[in-house]
Amino acid sequence: MKRGWPPYGFALVGLGLILLFNAVASPGFLALEIRDGQVFGSLIDILNRAAPVVLVSLGMTLVIAAGGVDLSVGSSMAIASAAAGVLLAPPPGAPFDPVSSAPLVVLAALAAAGLCGALNGILVGWVGMQPIVATLALMVAGRGVAQLITQGQIIVIDSPEFEALGTGSAAGLPTPVVLAGVCLAALILAVRRTAWGLFTEAVGSNPRAAQLAGLPVRGIKMAAYTVCGLAAGLAGSIACADIQAADANNTGLYLELDAILAVSIGGGLLTGGRFSLAGAAVGAVLMQALTTTLLSRGVPPPIALSAKAGLIIAVVLFQSLAFRQAIARRRAASA
Amino acid sequence: MKGFTLRRQHIPFLATLVVLIILYVGAAMRYEGFATPRVFANFLGDNAFLGIVAIGMTFVIISGGIDLSVGALVGAVTIGAAALIQRAGLHPAPAFALVLAIGAGFGALQGVIIQKFRIQPFLATLAGLFLFRGIGLWISEESIQIKHPFLDALAGIRVPIADRAWLSFPAILFLAVLAAAAIVLARTRFGRTVYAMGGDESSAALMGLRTGRTKIGIYAISGFCAALGGIALLLYTSAGNAINGGGLELDAIAAVVIGGALLTGGSGSPMGTLIGVLIAAVIQTAIIFDGGLSAWWGRIVTGILLLAFLLLQRALQAK
Amino acid sequence: MAAETLAELTGVGKTFPGVVALEGVDFSVRAGEIRALMGENGAGKSTLIKVLTGVYRPDCGSMLIAGRPAAPRSPAEAQALGVSTVYQELNLPPNLSVAECISLGDEERTFGFIRRRAMEKRAQRALARLGLDVDVRRPVGGLSAALQQLTAIARALDRQAKLLILDEPTSSLDQREAAELLALLRRLRGEGLGIILVTHFLDQVYDAATSITVMRNGRKAGDWTVEDLPKRALVSQMLGREMDSISDRRAPEIGDAPPAFTVEGLARKWTMGEVSFQIRRGETVGLSGLLGSGRTETLQMIFGAKPADRGQIAWAGGSSRIKSPRQAVRLGLGLCPEDRRAEGIFPGLSVRQNILIILQAKRGFFRLLDQASAREAVSRSVAELRIKTSDPGQPIEGLSGGNQQKAILARWLSSNPKLMLLDEPTRGIDIGSREEICRKIGELNQAGMSVVASSSELEEIVALSHRVVVLRDRRQAGEVSGETLSEPALMTLMAEGEA
Repeated sequence: MKRGWPPYGFALVGLGLILLFNAVASPGFLALEIRDGQVFGSLIDILNRAAPVVLVSLGMTLVIAAGGVDLSVGSSMAIASAAAGVLLAPPPGAPFDPVSSAPLVVLAALAAAGLCGALNGILVGWVGMQPIVATLALMVAGRGVAQLITQGQIIVIDSPEFEALGTGSAAGLPTPVVLAGVCLAALILAVRRTAWGLFTEAVGSNPRAAQLAGLPVRGIKMAAYTVCGLAAGLAGSIACADIQAADANNTGLYLELDAILAVSIGGGLLTGGRFSLAGAAVGAVLMQALTTTLLSRGVPPPIALSAKAGLIIAVVLFQSLAFRQAIARRRAASA
Repeated sequence: MKGFTLRRQHIPFLATLVVLIILYVGAAMRYEGFATPRVFANFLGDNAFLGIVAIGMTFVIISGGIDLSVGALVGAVTIGAAALIQRAGLHPAPAFALVLAIGAGFGALQGVIIQKFRIQPFLATLAGLFLFRGIGLWISEESIQIKHPFLDALAGIRVPIADRAWLSFPAILFLAVLAAAAIVLARTRFGRTVYAMGGDESSAALMGLRTGRTKIGIYAISGFCAALGGIALLLYTSAGNAINGGGLELDAIAAVVIGGALLTGGSGSPMGTLIGVLIAAVIQTAIIFDGGLSAWWGRIVTGILLLAFLLLQRALQAK
Repeated sequence: MAAETLAELTGVGKTFPGVVALEGVDFSVRAGEIRALMGENGAGKSTLIKVLTGVYRPDCGSMLIAGRPAAPRSPAEAQALGVSTVYQELNLPPNLSVAECISLGDEERTFGFIRRRAMEKRAQRALARLGLDVDVRRPVGGLSAALQQLTAIARALDRQAKLLILDEPTSSLDQREAAELLALLRRLRGEGLGIILVTHFLDQVYDAATSITVMRNGRKAGDWTVEDLPKRALVSQMLGREMDSISDRRAPEIGDAPPAFTVEGLARKWTMGEVSFQIRRGETVGLSGLLGSGRTETLQMIFGAKPADRGQIAWAGGSSRIKSPRQAVRLGLGLCPEDRRAEGIFPGLSVRQNILIILQAKRGFFRLLDQASAREAVSRSVAELRIKTSDPGQPIEGLSGGNQQKAILARWLSSNPKLMLLDEPTRGIDIGSREEICRKIGELNQAGMSVVASSSELEEIVALSHRVVVLRDRRQAGEVSGETLSEPALMTLMAEGEA
């Protein structure tokens, strides 16, 4: 690997190619327009749609870097969204009045999802369960819990203050984009300006050695899963505000897979160790750009889904040493 | 089981059995008409598709892998077979044969990717999940009803087991797959290799076992079982739908793990999986009998049981 | 010697990314021969065996098996050619029965179904050939390490093997079991089998082998019959130079330094009996004992990695029973673990990160080392321990074993510990790094650091230590120091009480 070439260099190039293709195919694609102090354009749309995946991918990056994986983020999102929905618009017979303060609702949603993450952290860090296994349980049960909260209904909310989280704007950009950007910046600062990043990489690279080096292994795993839960909580709140309803069935469905994919596109090793938060964000945006491009060119959604499958295979094959060796052999043989 | 002695590896299986009995007796005492042969027969009939898929998953999990694509494959198979029969006018028998072959073929392909390029199973089958969902929705986003004399004939096949209780064709299919799996795992070289790979894959290769083709075979079996599960579901509901089988992969994994298999590989059995499926069936049926409980409790209880068994496995390993 | 040549390799080479593992190796083995394959770690023994048995494919060179050109692509193919191998890292599947393990992959079948009865009979026969009587229905996971090893050998022999390859077969056996295994090998040789034996126990080589091949740095150093290569010559061939007799070297006197740490009756249930000893300032205490005597356990107890449940450690101004490595690090202890790969290095992280981790762990979570002082600390460590690396930013896996070990040592030294615990610090590393680590320990002592070092090599422990604690069967057998410290004295203590 050459110096100065970030681990997500390929993802950047891929994203660039997709944008270039769009720019050529539909002129005006890259154009940004400012109306009423707000920026509009296809690029902004892509970022806006990508924001929840970006958020979840950030949390997933830390979890994967610490040697784990979190399959429950989709369920955590559903729980957060359900909690927000129920608080804003309690179903008839609920033992409490509607909460009108949007920040309070968001806090509650974050707390619910953060708790899910902390539970994963306990199971992985303290009990010592395999991450796939531990988070699988919450993935199965979590959606049930979310549906229990909403009583299986889609709860329609009507709170302009809360909806601004999904549809409003800040500093001329859609709120979700701003939130994702702020979280990305804050997390990068947090991991690189403290020892958090180094410790997380050490724990993911060799947990036993990390323990012998006196690192707080459990605490670091716990932190990763909790942050991941919180990120899912924020993403769930945004999703809820965006559709102005809490849908326990579909919120965050299969999002864990998108997030894992974003991390690996962004150059993170799925086996733990080195990671890149910016890379994961680029990966998430790349996937959204691809989906938007396909859909806007009239490709039916099912084919777009298959394209995602192709992308997964391409990325994992590219990361696979065995695959690269096979290619190298073939080249050597034909040369 | 000659010379049977209680060993640590039997504990998860026995614990599962105890849980099943407790749940069953509890439900029987609480709900009138629960403990009838007919309800029991329906456990198998209503969950045949889950059971068949879980049997395929049992092979995968014993070998130390995981297959997330089965639920999506079930959906694609139901819509694909329905389209072949209803739209293309194909007779159901060749249509079923075709989807079974395709299911096994796609499974094998995932196995090749996992084996040849050392890709983590959950990633390769994740791609499969998206692919099958895409294919299914591409065939038809609408549900397709099927109607054919052959299907009526299949639905007419019933094996009476007691007064007003009989095993439906999907249930028979499930039990047949179960028996075949039990024999293959216990009594063939392939089956023993599956266990050896789950113990330590590189050691299995060093022992001269053909781990490569076994692994491809395992995922082919999983794909085949998913396709067969799809057919069972199609027969059960008489309609194909691309979104069938959503989350089924998780239910199947849960059934296998609750049935005593280690997710790290090396242990597990089809009989255990049967009990895992029965537990799911009892919970589901009890919720229906109750009427007052919402269906979401099913998932929650399954999740809690899954967690409990994982903790039990941890506790046993730790010693 | 007109016996059939079972396998012959000519000009075999194998390169891994960044490492030349084998270069131009000629090697052959005949029927009725036990050929010991010797060499230091990293000499290429395991790679040679894996090339011969199809685990790796050679980059160049040719192979004959049973007189015919062959290129096995897997252990299964090698087995079919009559080459059976028990690899060092082999784990039998714990949930299968002994019978299943022995016949796995070659079961008697009718219509594809395994005949259990026939399988069990065959397993009993195979074990009887080794003089064993085991319930073949028991799961392998429940057997002792020695029985598992013998089951693996029974399995290899069961394949109509003409050539049997054993990689470190005695490392998990006690002395009596090892002797029995060697007797068995001699008998098998009598039956016309060819055997390749990889071992690091010199005595076993002279006990059983008929010929010796020495590997050194991926090349063959030479072939000899056992009679032509006395022990001293073998060692100097393995090391690649005349022995500068390490055993004459002694740690310099330290006089009446005050005790820095006192281990007071540390013990852990099921793991380790009571150990008590003093470590003075600037002193090296050696931990000596046979494999399995509790050296690693003692160090891990002191360090809190496997915490003691009785006793404590006292130092000037305090005492404690250390509960976790975190606490140990805070008290100024450091531990270089025995298993470097599993417990030492952080693969994927750079040499720099690997070295800085302790310094950062001590500074805590929030006070990140700044770039400049981090770089400086690393380059100081690299220079001081002569770690050979072109760029500390490269991943640590790129370093040789010896340099990885030095990096782990550097990791601890940069934080200036008061007491350094070294578990087999020179295991599996090249002779140059070994010398440097021994020299470094001396320097650390002179700078006032206390050291506890374990080693399975008597010469080394005598050369390094001011005082040696001898362990036997997981308890403390005694302590030797000063004039009385010598190899025979240690051996007496290790053996005392044994029948």
